[in-house]
Amino acid sequence: MELITYWISILPELGNGVINTLIMTFLAVSMSAVLAVILAMGRMYGPRIISTLCKWYIEFFRGTPLLAQLFIIYYGLPSWGLNFSSFTSAVLAFGLNSGAYVAEYLRGAVQSIDKGQMTAGLAMGMTKFTAIRKIILPQALRFVIPPWSNDVIYTLKYTSIAFLVGAQELMSKAKIIASFNFRFIDTFVFVAIIYLILVLLLTLFFNWLERKLKIPGFEIKN
Amino acid sequence: MEERKEILRVEDLHKSYGTNKVLQGISLNIKQGQTKVIIGPSGTGKSTLLTCVNYLNPPDKGRIWLEGEEIIYSEREINKIRQKKGFVFQQFNLFNHLTALGNVMVGLTEVLKKKKKEAREKAMYELERVGMADCAEQYPAELSGGQQQRVGIARALAMDPLLIMFDEPTSALDPELMGEVLDNMTKLALEGMTLLVVTHEMGFARAVADDIIFMENGRIVEEGPPEKLIMNPEKKRTIEFLQKITQLYGED
Repeated sequence: MELITYWISILPELGNGVINTLIMTFLAVSMSAVLAVILAMGRMYGPRIISTLCKWYIEFFRGTPLLAQLFIIYYGLPSWGLNFSSFTSAVLAFGLNSGAYVAEYLRGAVQSIDKGQMTAGLAMGMTKFTAIRKIILPQALRFVIPPWSNDVIYTLKYTSIAFLVGAQELMSKAKIIASFNFRFIDTFVFVAIIYLILVLLLTLFFNWLERKLKIPGFEIKN
Repeated sequence: MEERKEILRVEDLHKSYGTNKVLQGISLNIKQGQTKVIIGPSGTGKSTLLTCVNYLNPPDKGRIWLEGEEIIYSEREINKIRQKKGFVFQQFNLFNHLTALGNVMVGLTEVLKKKKKEAREKAMYELERVGMADCAEQYPAELSGGQQQRVGIARALAMDPLLIMFDEPTSALDPELMGEVLDNMTKLALEGMTLLVVTHEMGFARAVADDIIFMENGRIVEEGPPEKLIMNPEKKRTIEFLQKITQLYGED
């Protein structure tokens, strides 16, 4: 009972952190989504030089630790004259990193689409760009929802490492509160529960999104 | 009969994949309102010929004229040329995320840049022509193969093409579904649409074709009106092929 009272007492301050975490996640996920479309399309349909650059980008961001990327952006870039706040650095790191992963999911989704779809578009006089925009992407984006929702959940949880550069999100608030009260386990268990609730809400959202965009023939096969 | 306008002329078309010479000098022409049917064994380059004519598969060598104007291949020009040639696929290739109506509309709005309302009216008209107006709001996955192919025909018709090319339009269909597709093709031919059809359906070829082209190993072996090519072929290979196909599909 005492524990519940403690949790309630720290909730207002944690609430601030929750809002920051959600804003950070939202910005990173939006950036990642736009980036992923550009990277995947560039890699698959772009001229060789673009395609190679996209591939290198993906390899770099998948092949190096997220924390290293965050530190490079926050501590490293200022020496090149690029100064970002801890919050902006975190959004950039999570967005740039997640974009690389989602690009690969999207590439997989596009490759699962029958070649005849593109051929039919071109055959009626569409440019490649129109065919990608109107035929390929609307189908691929439906297939990519399940793996993408995974990545959004990862991103939400990964924002917790933003406290390492001093961004004011849920985990950093928790750390301050825990140290102040000398109640580490009590505080972090509560934080874990809050993350869990946020993830469950996201899961509900994605289930709804999948249902809303459902089209006969695009059901995810069990 | 009055001299009709030439729609498509192909001269000395060549196409190879590696060392495999798929087309070895194909020449043909088709006049307005004509129906030409291409027959021949599998792997003979019939489908390749159609995709080469549309530059979906650019030919290695050869010249193509559309309405008397030679096609000079370029990224920009080719889209305009493809608009004028309808294409109906063996596997239908309907856009899976669009309804039947959406499939017919998308070329009108995205390629011909027509207004939504106008595109919808035109698309409904074309769906009615193939007897698919009742299924306008259904998705490809909800339609039978025959229904999908009829939508495929409506989609080609909507662009008001100079000619429609059919690549084995009934080969992926159950026998009982072939009729509805062939009936629609026959109707188009009678209405004066120009058709270039690759098919094994000899019944259709005999009844509808002005000319039948027998192709083998990337070459045209023999060409002529059905009475001559089916009843009285000159070349030994044509006779052999016709015998084989009659055994397979029966006399009709």
